[in-house]
Amino acid sequence: MRRINVAIGLTALDAKDIEKVAHLARLGLSGPEREAYAQELSRILDLVSQMNAVATDGVEPMTHPDAAGLRLRSDAVADEIDRERLLAVAPQTRDGLYLVPRVIE
Amino acid sequence: MEWETVIGLEVHAQLKTRSKIFSASPTAYGAAPNTQANVVDAAFPGVLPVLNGEVVRMAARFGLAIGATVHTRSVFARKNYFYPDLPKGYQISQYEHPIVERGRLVITTPAGEKTIGITRAHLEEDAGKSLHEDMDGFTGIDLNRAGTPLLEIVSEPDMRSATEAVAYLKTLHTLVRYLDICDGNMQEGSFRCDANVSVRPFGQARFGTRAELKNINSFRFVERAIDYEVRRQIALLSAGGQVRQETRLYDSARDETRSMRSKEEANDYRYFPDPDLPALVLTEAFLAEVKDAMPELPDAKRRRLGAEYGLSAYDAGVLTASRELAQYYEDAVAAAGVDPKLVANWVTGELAARLNEDGLDITNSRVMAPALAGLLRRIADGTVSGKAAKDVFEAMWAGEGDADAVIAARGLRQISDDFAIEEVVRQVIAANPKQLAQYRSGEEKVFTFFVGQTMKASRGKANPAKVNEILKRLLAP
Repeated sequence: MRRINVAIGLTALDAKDIEKVAHLARLGLSGPEREAYAQELSRILDLVSQMNAVATDGVEPMTHPDAAGLRLRSDAVADEIDRERLLAVAPQTRDGLYLVPRVIE
Repeated sequence: MEWETVIGLEVHAQLKTRSKIFSASPTAYGAAPNTQANVVDAAFPGVLPVLNGEVVRMAARFGLAIGATVHTRSVFARKNYFYPDLPKGYQISQYEHPIVERGRLVITTPAGEKTIGITRAHLEEDAGKSLHEDMDGFTGIDLNRAGTPLLEIVSEPDMRSATEAVAYLKTLHTLVRYLDICDGNMQEGSFRCDANVSVRPFGQARFGTRAELKNINSFRFVERAIDYEVRRQIALLSAGGQVRQETRLYDSARDETRSMRSKEEANDYRYFPDPDLPALVLTEAFLAEVKDAMPELPDAKRRRLGAEYGLSAYDAGVLTASRELAQYYEDAVAAAGVDPKLVANWVTGELAARLNEDGLDITNSRVMAPALAGLLRRIADGTVSGKAAKDVFEAMWAGEGDADAVIAARGLRQISDDFAIEEVVRQVIAANPKQLAQYRSGEEKVFTFFVGQTMKASRGKANPAKVNEILKRLLAP
């Protein structure tokens, strides 16, 4: 994918960018949809470039608002698996397997 | 042109936990399809991952064992890609902030010791399994493996031959088993290896373009896959061609690597911090606790066994190949109270051969350490000869009882009684007047004939030292 440099404000996405992103997300978009998303996503990037303009030197990056950190569970097995119930929501199953369209040539 | 091989390895070690990394499903191998995948593993809407504390402890233990930095803050990220055995559409992994960074492992090859850098080790979840055979045009998905905890261990490109790569893998394999964080079962995929291989003209500082070899599931295949790939790349470059950066699959049946065309499209995983999982924060107290609980590591154990029991470097190396084997050896030494060298000879000799023949592990040996010790005591106190002891061992292996019971039942007690041996020797000498004359006329090699005859006459039970002594006395003119 073309590097999109939000820092210097080059935030306009074109139809090609949208096509690539849609492919990665496995979304099928029509021509007009691609146009619409190009504009919407460009506006989001504009917002990001505004944030990028703020001086953050010396500020610790924050990936999560919860400073307390992750809670851990003990390594215990809970007997909570009802296979048939889980399989029941799948479009197709066989012998306890979920079936999907063949994914190998 | 002279070429230099450059190898870096990525190992996925499956962590030995009871439950999965982010869910309470069991991790046992070989269960019926989808019986070990709960709503979290199958990515039902609205579920949230909760990290298993044990995987954190295991990763920290590994980090400290390789002298690495174990970060007090690490972050889980989403690695996005679509494949049906990855139901969330992303794998939870660690990317910019792994838990372990900058460690090292010392390997030993015929050329000597070498330190291999370990760039990083990070925690992640495994994907499920896709089954393509006999599915009538479909692919079957088994999510039992989905969410199994993995520690991905990435080395520096520090290895220069397939031999070094195998030595590194074996050292790492031994280490993770010592640390009790991975069972190391390569057939079941608990210890998997990908190899990044490139070649460059000798003396060139820049690395060549690398190929990533996948699907190598034994030490032997690692060596073969790398050797094949190195030959392929050298042939390609020598003919004026270029190596393509790509993923190649090793086919052990044909002993070759093949391009994985389906993965040709440049990967774009769009990593980002997983909003479901706040940063993993470890305290210094936790790390101190992990350090205190650290078991004796292979290197230290090898040096200690060598010094404490007067073993050769080779024997000490063999006996510390696994923690269990070293434990067996030390248990046997303690129980036998005989020369530790004798114990080492039996454990690395007779016992290892029998285990190997029957495809058994030391932990399910048919002769456990106290039983072997019982036999070794009978060798040391002269009750049985070394030769008869092998028969006793075979019988013990076959389940005929302990050493004393077998010796009694089979009449294998060594004759150490001077009078009884002298009686046999006299009969042997009387029966062989020609050899006696030869010996007395100076043909000293006939002596071994008499030893052989005496042992035969005693059905192997005469104490050989005594036989020698008595023969010398009685044969003298």
